[in-house]
Amino acid sequence: MAAPIVELCDVNKWFGAFHVLKDITLEVAKGEKVVVCGPSGSGKSTMIRCINRLEEHQSGRIVVDGVELADDIKAIDAVRRRVGMVFQSFNLFPHLTVLENLTLAPVRVAGMAPRDAEATAMALLERVRIPEQAGKFPGQLSGGQQQRVAIARALCLKPAVMLFDEPTSALDPEMVGEVLDVMSGLAAEGMTMICVTHEMGFARAVADTMVFMDEGRIVEIAPPARFFDHPANERTKRFLGKIIGH
Amino acid sequence: MKPSFRHRPLDWGRANLFSSPANSLLTVLALALLWQLAPPLVGWGVLRASWGAGDPETCRQAGGACWTLLTEKHRLMLFGVYPYEQHWRPLLAMALFVALLATSANRRFWRPWLAALWLLTVLGIGILMWGGVLGLVPVETAQWGGLPLTLVIAVLAIAMAFPFSILLALGRRSDLPAIKALSVGYIELVRGVPLVSVLFMASVMFPLFLPEGVTIDKALRALVGMTLFTAAYLAEAVRGGLQAIPRGQFEAADVLGLSYWQAMRLIILPQALRLVIPPIVNQFITCFKDTSLVTIVGLYDLLAATKAALNDPGWRPFFVEGYLAAALVYFCFCFFMSRYSQWLERELNRDRR
Amino acid sequence: MTGGRASIWGSTRFRGLVYQVLVVAVVVALGGWLVHNTLVNLEVRGIATGFGFLEREAGFGISENLISYTPADSYARALTVGLLNTLVVSAIGIVLATLLGTVLGVARLSGNWLVGRLASVYVEAVRNVPLLLQLFVWYGVLTALPGARQALHPLPGLYLSNRGLVIPSLDWSQGWLPVLEIPSLVGFNFVGGLTLSPEFAALLAGLTIYTAAFIAEIVRAGILAVPKGQTEAALSLGLSPGQILRLVVLPQALRVIVPPLTSQYLNICKNSPLAIAIGYPDLVAVSNTAINQTGQAVEGVTVVMVVFLALSLALSGLMNWYNKRVALVSR
Ligand SMILES: Nc1ncnc2c1ncn2[C@@H]1O[C@H](COP(=O)(O)OP(=O)(O)OP(=O)(O)O)[C@@H](O)[C@H]1O
Ligand SMILES: [Mg+2]
Repeated sequence: MAAPIVELCDVNKWFGAFHVLKDITLEVAKGEKVVVCGPSGSGKSTMIRCINRLEEHQSGRIVVDGVELADDIKAIDAVRRRVGMVFQSFNLFPHLTVLENLTLAPVRVAGMAPRDAEATAMALLERVRIPEQAGKFPGQLSGGQQQRVAIARALCLKPAVMLFDEPTSALDPEMVGEVLDVMSGLAAEGMTMICVTHEMGFARAVADTMVFMDEGRIVEIAPPARFFDHPANERTKRFLGKIIGH
Repeated sequence: MKPSFRHRPLDWGRANLFSSPANSLLTVLALALLWQLAPPLVGWGVLRASWGAGDPETCRQAGGACWTLLTEKHRLMLFGVYPYEQHWRPLLAMALFVALLATSANRRFWRPWLAALWLLTVLGIGILMWGGVLGLVPVETAQWGGLPLTLVIAVLAIAMAFPFSILLALGRRSDLPAIKALSVGYIELVRGVPLVSVLFMASVMFPLFLPEGVTIDKALRALVGMTLFTAAYLAEAVRGGLQAIPRGQFEAADVLGLSYWQAMRLIILPQALRLVIPPIVNQFITCFKDTSLVTIVGLYDLLAATKAALNDPGWRPFFVEGYLAAALVYFCFCFFMSRYSQWLERELNRDRR
Repeated sequence: MTGGRASIWGSTRFRGLVYQVLVVAVVVALGGWLVHNTLVNLEVRGIATGFGFLEREAGFGISENLISYTPADSYARALTVGLLNTLVVSAIGIVLATLLGTVLGVARLSGNWLVGRLASVYVEAVRNVPLLLQLFVWYGVLTALPGARQALHPLPGLYLSNRGLVIPSLDWSQGWLPVLEIPSLVGFNFVGGLTLSPEFAALLAGLTIYTAAFIAEIVRAGILAVPKGQTEAALSLGLSPGQILRLVVLPQALRVIVPPLTSQYLNICKNSPLAIAIGYPDLVAVSNTAINQTGQAVEGVTVVMVVFLALSLALSGLMNWYNKRVALVSR
């Protein structure tokens, strides 16, 4: 495979005295789909939030598409342009319409002409299958629709990598499917994705690589087939037992 | 199920006035109090009162309220020592102000042009009051007085304090320790001292602060004092709004690559300020009442002008009537603004989207 | 994009530092400019600087003093007298406003329609009119009262005249238990009891009546904030109404009430300088006289501000400590 598009190398992070990330090393190739799972508090969110510098790591290297994250505004801006992110709680801007949510960054950050930005935004809304909601405010949409808008917003700057932090955890069960469908579609188009989720069906179908984290460490990295059927690590086994037993 | 009392006054009375022995006792006591107070008040205020033009002597003979005072002195109370034949100017200025406030109260008009309208109106009012152009006789601020002065100081203090308070609130929430410390220091310092001291400082110390030979208008000094004072309180209101914005909004703005100022201007402040409009209106009410303190540093606002009107020895015994009238003016402004703020709060909560 | 080392200007930390240095520099420069102007102005006007004046003889009388004071005493002592006056009127005002405000707040919630209405009218009328105006009215009323000989005598032991308010007092000098001393009118003078000057009485009345309206709203909101489920749960446990109020509702209501109540208490202190408008010699009034005599405005204003800051800090510290206690009780 080509050079990795996201590379974490011996990354360590502390919250005060609490060691959240311990020697995290992970390489993600272009087009690869990585699903991260692990018990609550194991540092999954913290790890992917380090990739676009929502959190700052204290040692180790994080390189995204050839740009190393450091205390450098240019580098951070460059990385954020290539990385889109979808949050558990959508974080749409409630005072802007769906369309305005989507065109904000292209116009204000990338300096795109408003008309072009709107065309791109409408195309993306088609892609997440809610073009008819463009004029509404986020509060007027269902959770599933909001999350799809959030995905479209993250795609607006044409990112090379998409990060998902439990995108379906805040949704009612009947809406989980529509969001996972959009994500599967994205995966099929070859997007590089790093996804924290407990949707094991989705993981089995879409993931190229499964990553299991516990207590701030990556405990196991394996392709889904081996990961689910013959996990090497004891803790992975126990975790899978619990999560699939339900 | 709660029974409906709409058509049965007796039932209503039983439920709301005489539901228990203790309650009945309270009702009887309250009625007794009213019975004690109401007849003398009506006698004084209406039956024995003197109305229309006249002099203190007629009032004294009538023995009741002297509303004559208002007929004789209302121009002085409302406009202070502003030149008498020019009173139409402050009157027009006040009308403009009230129209501006009424326009701003309508949510449909919360558009960028409203800010421009404010600037224009304030400019227009300034021209009207000062004069010196368009054939208007110039009138110095030392001669301004009464209700227009009260309104000018209250509105300008709030308007000028507002941008400053946003900076202070952002500073207080900043990650940069020195900026945070400065903001916190300023806010807490100002909120810890009485307004009277701030106004005294403004009136006696500002002249010392300026380079030798530069003087600063008395009204302007008071205005600056009020502004600096109000900004600290407004900053706390704005901070409340900022704190109510979930962290996710900041993060989403970050992730999209918006700069700090872009995120504030486009994402955070529009949401936060919408939340804090009711507290800001409340602060405006406070500021409006507080302008009465400029009386103490020798300006002729509504209260001081009323006091001046009562300085006439003949009228002095009728101070209650004079203050009641001034109180009514303050009450009308404050009461309606506070009702408006409550209505707005409900309205904004309802269609929080 | 390059992965090379960041230039120093690109560093967020460095930029943060630069911003801070800039802002601090601007503030310091502004402050320096003001101080410089002030010093020049003071020199031109021949005004002394420094706090040396505190030791000098004040030379003016103060009408009300809790500690002995004569015009021959120092400015420092005069300011202390003013401070004590401020403290006394604030402290009594806080107690009375809390009592009146609580009664009004409960009255607004009472099931009795008439009582609720009356309380609402009080609250709306009082809080929408400036305190200073109310002070003028109270002071006017008190000074327009008849002289001592025709003093109003609404209740036994209570006299109202243009010399102020005379109330019964407690005499502690007779051994262990205090003896209640009822004042009486003898000729032109009152014998026994405690005389409150019209200025003090007007200020106290104004502060109490005004602040009580705000406290009433706070108390009402606090009681309303306790969910009905709490009362129902307590009822289902078999607690009596008195126990419910004492053990369940009040501790929770207090948690909501205490923080805004603190700021009302601070407001009483910060409003007490309105005394100056009716001639009660509080700290600000005394310091103003001192400023007028010495011209040392900077020092005079500084003294007042420092005292009030200390007062605010002390009072909020006390209320915070109390708030922690109520917070624990209800947990
Ligand atoms: N800002 C912070 N300050 C201090 N500790 C934090 C902070 N954010 C997270 N933590 C702690 O770091 C640990 C890892 O948090 P993280 O959110 O990465 O876990 P997670 O694996 O995403 O868990 P979940 O599945 O519940 O989302 C947790 O113990 C959490 O309490
Ligand atoms: Mg998480």
